[in-house]
Amino acid sequence: MTLTPKTSIRKTILAVIAGPVAGLVVMSAFAAPAMAQRDPAYAAARASGTVGEQLDGYLGVVGQATPGLQDMVNDINIKRRTVYTRKARENSATVEQYATTAGCQAIARTVPGEKYQAPDGSWKTRTDAQPERLPICP
Amino acid sequence: MNKRILQTGLVCAGILGLSGCINVAAPEEPIVIELNVNIRAEVLYRLAEDASNTIDENADIF
Repeated sequence: MTLTPKTSIRKTILAVIAGPVAGLVVMSAFAAPAMAQRDPAYAAARASGTVGEQLDGYLGVVGQATPGLQDMVNDINIKRRTVYTRKARENSATVEQYATTAGCQAIARTVPGEKYQAPDGSWKTRTDAQPERLPICP
Repeated sequence: MNKRILQTGLVCAGILGLSGCINVAAPEEPIVIELNVNIRAEVLYRLAEDASNTIDENADIF
């Protein structure tokens, strides 16, 4: 096949357009998970220690619960349970098993100052040291 | 002579008694608990990577 000047130009134009478009698609695919951020009220509650990560994979209110705080925690836990239920089914596990695994990870990911539930059920404040976790945690 | 037989008999009875004790006393309950812990831990290990990805993908609720 011989390239006429016309087709060669057409190919160059195609490459110039396709390159950045493909790049954008790839970039947006990577950026998508990072788009979902914590609600500012939730982020503030975590930082101030009014909510904490429980052993069972759900969020808990630490200390006195206000109606607003309890609503926010319930809302997040309903969403978590929906995700756990779907993922448990995909992995042939029970919702409880999946939730507990996520709880192990969520506690491990707490940052200093945040609250988490220790194996004895008490609330602890995360320090720079590793958190106290269930012996069965991965 | 009689004393010797008696001693041997006592030693034998002691050994039999001991082995009997070990067999009877083998507790089943702690072994069952151990297995349950192992099975649960194994399940959690299997789910660990997937759960980690789930937390990353749902950063708004974790």
